Amino acid sequence: MAQLKVLVVDDEPGIRSGVSRILRTFHVTYPFMDEDYTFEVLEAATGEEGIEIIDREMPDILLLDNKLPGIQGVEVLEYVRKKSYDIVVAMITSYASLDVAVKAHNDGAIDFIPKPFTPQELKASIEQITKQQYLRRITHKLKVEGRKVRFQFLSVLSHELKAPLNAIEGYLRMMQERQMGDSMQEYASAIDRSLQRIEGMRNLIMDLLDFTKVSFERQVEKMQEIDLREMASLAVITVSPYAIHKDIHFVTDISGCGKIWADPNDFEIIFNNLVSNAVKYNKPGGTVTISVSCDDSDFKLSVEDTGIGMNTDECGMLFEAFSRIKNDKTRNISGSGLGLSIVKKVVELYHGIINVESVPDKGSVFSVIIPKVQVTHKKAE
Amino acid sequence: MSNKKYTVLVADDDPDYLFQVAYHLRNCGYEVMAVESQAEAEQVFSKMKPDIALFDLMMESDDSGFILSYKLKRLYPDVPVILATAVARETGVTFGLSSEQERDWIRADLYLEKGVRPEQLDQAIKKLLKI
Repeated sequence: MAQLKVLVVDDEPGIRSGVSRILRTFHVTYPFMDEDYTFEVLEAATGEEGIEIIDREMPDILLLDNKLPGIQGVEVLEYVRKKSYDIVVAMITSYASLDVAVKAHNDGAIDFIPKPFTPQELKASIEQITKQQYLRRITHKLKVEGRKVRFQFLSVLSHELKAPLNAIEGYLRMMQERQMGDSMQEYASAIDRSLQRIEGMRNLIMDLLDFTKVSFERQVEKMQEIDLREMASLAVITVSPYAIHKDIHFVTDISGCGKIWADPNDFEIIFNNLVSNAVKYNKPGGTVTISVSCDDSDFKLSVEDTGIGMNTDECGMLFEAFSRIKNDKTRNISGSGLGLSIVKKVVELYHGIINVESVPDKGSVFSVIIPKVQVTHKKAE
Repeated sequence: MSNKKYTVLVADDDPDYLFQVAYHLRNCGYEVMAVESQAEAEQVFSKMKPDIALFDLMMESDDSGFILSYKLKRLYPDVPVILATAVARETGVTFGLSSEQERDWIRADLYLEKGVRPEQLDQAIKKLLKI
């Protein structure tokens, strides 16, 4: 149960106690709300007292009589607006002249409850106001969250794109100014590092392109029958220069499986990312085991490595965009932090799931399960 | 500058940036302690007091630089801290040290965008060290 504070400002004690009595047992429910709203009623007999309570108690809803002994209701309303308080205001008034009504409306009063009102009328108004307040706050919250996500994405992106540029620029300037002497030999490592950073940046750009590509709908014309065995061996070939360098061995265990109806690009993304990660985060001399199998309902792919592994917390954040796990073991491994979030997106396009099991310093197993049935549906499209 | 060598603690998880900054600062005559992570930086300043520190903002976590400057200042309030990052205005983040409020929570003395020329960095350090 969530509770909203209602402040009623009226010089007639009967109105104040009436509102209190009616709202004490009232609650508002709304299909999208997590919980029902109940009400706590605060009372003020004058505008001055009202302002004091507003500052102190920060009510959610204000029921305001215009004709008050001291300052008028519209002045209280003006105060609330100037302070930009998040309060929904309704005027309760027996007779409102047009200009008072216009002023109140311009200052943000959203409702007029004519006096005298029946309990039913008050409840109907309060219900409207509550829903409006709820939606306003939810909208605000979503906007803030949206901004946060966008901000995080952009800041990481700008960091990841600019860092290599800065590094390369720095090395080029050192060369331009002959800071390490006139011999080309002195700059060999600066050149190597620059090339490596360019390579990293190229990978990031490719990943970003993949990332935007997979957000689109499946393109039916690209769908074809593909052989998972073939896709797996292509991925092994792609990564083999790096694997040889790290002395990584491949074991493939592919049982006779039917073909899958899919966009080959998608499965290239899945296999390439999983297999290259398995090499990248492996230990020198390690093993990568790729298995593809299927039963009556699903295709199952898994890629297992004997690498650095992860703890449970790290596994949890693994599939989020730009979430690179930063620790001593990953420090010298370059990556965009996008690969696995892309894989997840692709797998989900095929109504599949991806899981990871990992033990620190022992290795990780990534498993993808894609239902056969939905894949056949695609064929019918 | 000639009679005393000032020690600069530099923490940055980009090995190339770290190498370049350390190289330039050594050329400018500073003693440089270069580390690649927030954790290492904390270890270093728990054992020795640098004359000035230059921290990258995003290392193990997105706010490593803020945490480091906070911790360093708690130990040595008089050691100036420069925060450097590649994250910039295009993302909508604008923090500097211009307002009272920002100085209150960012415990750094200077905020620099990465990519500043080595001479600028040298000048900024000299200004903060008052030399």
